[in-house]
Amino acid sequence: MQNAAKKLFANLGIDMRLLGMIGALVLIWLTFHLATDGRFLTPRNLFNLSVQTASVAVMATGMVFVIVTRHIDLSVGSLLGLLGMVMGALQAKLLPEIVGLGHPSIWIITVIAGIALGVMIGAFQGWIIGYLTVPAFIVTLGGFLVYRGAAWWVTSGQTVAPLDPTFKLLGGGAEGTLGETLSWAVGIIAAIAATAVMLMSRRTKARHGIAVKPAWAEGTLIALVVALTVGFVWLMNSYKVPDRAAARIAEARGWNVPDDFTMNHGIAIPVVILLAVAITMTIISRRTRFGRYIYATGGNPEAAELSGINTRLLTVKIFALMGGLTAIAAVIASARLGAVGNDLGTLDELRVIAAAVIGGTALAGGFGTIYGAVIGALIMQSLQSGMAMVGVDAPLQSIVVGMVLVLAVYIDIVYRRRTGS
Amino acid sequence: METQTPLVEMRDMHISFGGIKAVDHVSVDLYPGEVVGLLGHNGAGKSTLIKMLSGAYRADGGEIYVNGERAEIHNPRDARRYNIETIYQTLALADNLDAASNLFLGRELVTPFGFVDDDAMEAECRKIMGRLNPNFQKFNDPVSALSGGQRQSVAIARAVYFNARILIMDEPTAALGPHETQMVSELIQQLKSEGIGIFLISHDIHDVMELCDRASVMKNGKLVGTVKVDDVTDDDLLGMIILGKKPEGVEC
Repeated sequence: MQNAAKKLFANLGIDMRLLGMIGALVLIWLTFHLATDGRFLTPRNLFNLSVQTASVAVMATGMVFVIVTRHIDLSVGSLLGLLGMVMGALQAKLLPEIVGLGHPSIWIITVIAGIALGVMIGAFQGWIIGYLTVPAFIVTLGGFLVYRGAAWWVTSGQTVAPLDPTFKLLGGGAEGTLGETLSWAVGIIAAIAATAVMLMSRRTKARHGIAVKPAWAEGTLIALVVALTVGFVWLMNSYKVPDRAAARIAEARGWNVPDDFTMNHGIAIPVVILLAVAITMTIISRRTRFGRYIYATGGNPEAAELSGINTRLLTVKIFALMGGLTAIAAVIASARLGAVGNDLGTLDELRVIAAAVIGGTALAGGFGTIYGAVIGALIMQSLQSGMAMVGVDAPLQSIVVGMVLVLAVYIDIVYRRRTGS
Repeated sequence: METQTPLVEMRDMHISFGGIKAVDHVSVDLYPGEVVGLLGHNGAGKSTLIKMLSGAYRADGGEIYVNGERAEIHNPRDARRYNIETIYQTLALADNLDAASNLFLGRELVTPFGFVDDDAMEAECRKIMGRLNPNFQKFNDPVSALSGGQRQSVAIARAVYFNARILIMDEPTAALGPHETQMVSELIQQLKSEGIGIFLISHDIHDVMELCDRASVMKNGKLVGTVKVDDVTDDDLLGMIILGKKPEGVEC
């Protein structure tokens, strides 16, 4: 029986690690669902969960590359605070004076400036690590202090509010979603694209004479992916916007609606951003030379160098990418709150590292997946908001999350030892 | 042979690490279709000398000529451009990647869109491994799951696949069993007949006597001498390695 199950999953090409993570996630969800008398697995809560996960998950995808190459980045939480603050000041104070309050270009300029600054700061850290060979732990520990201090400097500690209304949509909420129709469109396009990619990959493999999965396994996998995508859209589309908010949104958008008008949320914009980031990062990790060199360097830095890979420049690029992703996370986090305070992003570096590690990224380097990090972030966030819903005290929440982190890594070590990878 | 242009000539190479002269003004050369053994104790400087040719180290001084023309080799990519391929003693494999990824590391095949073409690389990898080591089957496992001989064949395949003209083998048989050692010997004979020049680093005198045409012996970073293997005995070579003494009556 056990062998049959193993063979089934081997045929499907789903590895045990992914299965284990999904198993853990389902277990956590079911436990909280029972403990909260059925309030956890509701469209409303899952929508919130998806929005709350987005910021950390975006950074966790970048942290995978950092950790795979045997580095670490302790500065992302502080950097998120600094970038959030700079973008806050830019859109609330500086830009309105230049282009006028509420100008439609404000959010675009803000986001581009934030990402550019994030990439620059990340590249600078990467340069110190790669070329001056100061250990990443020290460089980013320094950054951790520097950026938090610098964030305070931007506004002398004042909270920045209110943010640009269009910018705020990037953080989710009742308005910051795709809406029902667009959510369905995106879901259906995603399902078709995923199916096409899987079929095309099958055809190229066959053309090169490389063994492919049995047709039934491929079919099951495609069905699974399509079902998950459609299921997710359906779920997000079942979360109703409160009637009064719906009426207000309709009025603001100039829609002529009947009195009994209702609308549903759909997929939140930060979640769309997360999905786009995760897909891009997966393609980078698997299908580009840059990605291949990241894993090769993590597996054997000396071999990578002897193969002609410029590992120093690679380090700069990895940290620049991490900085850019931190900027995107800062957009999501500040837009969700609608204001930027001094404590934005505090402890996020640890959440991000924990998410990557729970997702199977090995601190020894060489191993780690993007989807793992995203699921890791989801597991962390589920634990945290689940415990908050049950009414667990904050100190106990920290204790549980801390223990889960250690346990997850221990299970991963045992798994690696058994499979010999 | 002496009238031909050497494939590689390293003149007056020297490099120091922290005041220690690892390689002290050494000159060696290599002709097409020739195997030159580099002999010496651990720490004699033979690996260091060769790493200057493969681009792993930057020489403090000296000149490298490839086909009679001055070659600038500052990093492994430069060396590859001169068709110099190296099989390192440590094999230099990324253990977490599969055979094909290692074979093409740094020189990946890409699709027209610039993406890494894993399927094409696996297909090419299957072809070359079919030639070098027909028993090799583990194409989808990370190389950490392979045996010593299988790992060695991946490292060899990497050098052979890209049409090396100059091949550097650093202790190629040190980790191998008798059967696999035999395989490497046959491969060296075959590559030699194709006109490839090979530097073979070894401290096994029998290997050198059997496989090499000439041997250059190093001691304490200096070149003791270069001899034709047919002109000398095992004992002569041992004397050069251990005592740094040139054999009498032989042109060095």
